[in-house]
Amino acid sequence: MTVLLETRAVVKQFGEFRAVDRVDFRVQEGEVLALIGSNGAGKTTLVNLISGLLTADEGQILLRGQDVTQQPVKERIRAGIARSFQLVNLFDQLSALDNVALAIFSRQGKTRRLLTLADADRPVWAEATEVLALFRLEAKAKVLAGGLSQGERKLLDVAIAYALKPKLLFLDEPTSGVSTREKAPIMDTISRVVRSERISAAIIEHDMDVVFSYSDRIVAMHQGTILADGTPDEIRRNERVTTTLIGTPEPAR
Amino acid sequence: MSTVTTVVIPTRSPMRRLWYAAPILVVLLLVPWVADQYQTILLAYGLVMAIAALGFNLLLGYTGLLSFGHSAYFGVGAYAVAMMVKYLGVSSMELHLLGAVVASVLITAVFGIACVRYTRIFFGILTMALSQVLWSLAFKFFWVTGGTDGLRVPTPTLLGVVTGKGDKIAFLSHAYYYYVLALFLVCVAIMWVIVNSPFGRALQAIRDNETRAQFVGIPIWRYRWVAFMLSGVFTGIAGALWVPLNGLTTPDILHWTFSGKIVFMAVLGGFRTFVGPIVGAVVYNYLESYAVGYTVYWQLFLGVILVVLVLSLPTGIVGTIERVMARRRTTP
Amino acid sequence: MDILLIHVFNALLYASVLFLIAGGLSLIYGVMRIVNLAHGNLYAFGAYVSAWIIGSVTSAMVVGEGGRGPRTWLLLGLLPAGAVAAAVVGALLEPTLLRPFYKRAEEYQLLVTFGLLMIIDDVIRFLWGPYPLSASVLFENFGSLTVGETLYPTYNFLVIGVGALAAVFLWAFIYRTRFGVVLRATSQDMRMSSALGVNVNRVYVQAFTLGCFMAGLGGAIIVPSQSAVLGMGVDALILSFIVVVIGGLGSLEGALLGALIVGIVREAGITWFPEVELAVLYLMAAAVLLVRPAGLFGRA
Repeated sequence: MTVLLETRAVVKQFGEFRAVDRVDFRVQEGEVLALIGSNGAGKTTLVNLISGLLTADEGQILLRGQDVTQQPVKERIRAGIARSFQLVNLFDQLSALDNVALAIFSRQGKTRRLLTLADADRPVWAEATEVLALFRLEAKAKVLAGGLSQGERKLLDVAIAYALKPKLLFLDEPTSGVSTREKAPIMDTISRVVRSERISAAIIEHDMDVVFSYSDRIVAMHQGTILADGTPDEIRRNERVTTTLIGTPEPAR
Repeated sequence: MSTVTTVVIPTRSPMRRLWYAAPILVVLLLVPWVADQYQTILLAYGLVMAIAALGFNLLLGYTGLLSFGHSAYFGVGAYAVAMMVKYLGVSSMELHLLGAVVASVLITAVFGIACVRYTRIFFGILTMALSQVLWSLAFKFFWVTGGTDGLRVPTPTLLGVVTGKGDKIAFLSHAYYYYVLALFLVCVAIMWVIVNSPFGRALQAIRDNETRAQFVGIPIWRYRWVAFMLSGVFTGIAGALWVPLNGLTTPDILHWTFSGKIVFMAVLGGFRTFVGPIVGAVVYNYLESYAVGYTVYWQLFLGVILVVLVLSLPTGIVGTIERVMARRRTTP
Repeated sequence: MDILLIHVFNALLYASVLFLIAGGLSLIYGVMRIVNLAHGNLYAFGAYVSAWIIGSVTSAMVVGEGGRGPRTWLLLGLLPAGAVAAAVVGALLEPTLLRPFYKRAEEYQLLVTFGLLMIIDDVIRFLWGPYPLSASVLFENFGSLTVGETLYPTYNFLVIGVGALAAVFLWAFIYRTRFGVVLRATSQDMRMSSALGVNVNRVYVQAFTLGCFMAGLGGAIIVPSQSAVLGMGVDALILSFIVVVIGGLGSLEGALLGALIVGIVREAGITWFPEVELAVLYLMAAAVLLVRPAGLFGRA
């Protein structure tokens, strides 16, 4: 498989503290990858670096071979990187449909237009409705984002990122704050969409059930560096990972 | 890939709102014929301030930025007109408007670059400080701006033909009133399209969640800057329209407390709605006029209203009406 | 040389008053994250109250003692009445009109304090009318000192002294007393303080009262030197904003430094560039906001 995204010795420092310490991280085309590690391991910082929220102090970030290290967020989105957020980030006073439509307008470069009516652009609304349907949110199309349940908000967050038609999707704890019962349906939906559209995804997750059930590959981070990188089976058998992160090794399923 | 789903076209469009807009329009058209001259001119003032409040609210209600410096753009519009009259001898209202637009674009472009990098308190303070810069300049360069005495402005020529020579009051309460009304309607229409455009949606996204907007690919600073300029230009047009009514332009309208009045109007009407600022401006105009005529302590009166408003009716007049009507609709 | 000294003293005079006002504003913001647009009017209120008391006592005693007039020390003792009055107003305002807004968007705070500004403005007008109120008898009683070849009012040194003392007191209060620790803790992390048993509501009202006291004191000490006039509050507000912008919102050291800078620039401006003096100050504030939005010492 070809490498879609690659970081080379990327570093992010906050004062004395190295949140990300010379990390070589790779995502391959079409794969679903889980990024695990204890709190403070540097997972979110790494995602922030790749998505452009933070600028790397050292190192390189390459998307399909193209150096995006210095590019602003807007450019990286255009290059194909999208993300959802750990603390759900939505446009609370706009409806779910509006939220998704906005991403589509932005993707199509239409947000510059100030003398045409947004409502008049039928293709955009059609696509927005389809996206909502994909994520099983079509019933809530007209509900304000602020009024959705936590699980629905999490899905909407992903839907917005999806609507940007990314090549690489970063999901930061897509099931956190959601009841255990809801986690599987949410992950099923996300997984189904991502795989059917052949979008590469990197998911930060703490829930090990989710991690082992849905990912092709697992990357474990600890204190700013990559501890291990392999298939779920390999990781399960990796003692360093299990003692640092998981506890006692899981019995083989 | 596409499954068969019915396309949801949001019906939030004001097709249903037109039912109350039409009678109001009729009333506005008839005012000069049924009310006395004083009332008509008073309403003209209200409509002018409504344009200013409308412009202001593009920033507050739709972009989430509270500016305490809109007096600057109102004043720039007014002084542009006054100076065109004094130094260029221009009396055409259309040219005045053009001058006001050009002046406001220039000022808002410059001020905007500085201001839109900040939000919330710092944005408010910065806009306040910048409008004070203009105020103090108007004061200090009195040989240009007339200082505290201000600059007198005679009635302009409308559309090249209608002038105020002769009975000024009649001119203001008839021809000029309709001119203001026409421009008011044009401004309302343009602003309505802007807030319902993809750009308007992007602004609301920026307001609701700056980070998310960034991560949807929206250039937040640039769009804020554009919103800032649009907002200022509307207010500048209001300033230009205001001058002939007042006959005079003084530094008071550049002082930040005048900005406070514009803020008051938007809040009074309800800054989370489109028509709120319009209603607020007209109502405030009446409130202030009657309060000033009634008591010398009109500031106290208005101040109390503002405090009560913010405490108990934060959504303003229009917002509260909408909420009451929504509750009526849901209760069986 | 003496002229230069005079300018320095004038700058320090201005800076002292500004420090008191801006320091109060900054303190309130630092602890409670509130920008009180009516803060300038509390300064004005303090000025008016003090001027009124001084004036009333003076005329009463002049009449009573057949023309002798009250002793300077008595008047001086009465002067802080303005500060106390402003503090009382603050203590009444915070729990009633400001507390409901802590959980709401910042914009609402600005709006309600703007309403307060209008109210206090007219309350002052109602109580004392539209004419300036003077307390110049106190100013004159102090006479003047010879500075080189010129005379300089002695009273101004008192103002500078009060300003310096206030800075020292505040510093000691905030960094050396237990209340100061509580204040600083609450300003850094309100929830944590509350969880540790601090009565945050009480801290807030105390901080607000202290801030208003400072503003009132600024008004009280300056009023013998220049009369209390309508509109002085609004002017002071803008200037104190400039001070906190330069020095940093929430920082007392910043307020001190900012006050000094503004005092110096203003004095220089009045002397050499009277036309643009005000504009220069506002531009300076704007420039600082652009380059270092947190100010020299502030935290955003």
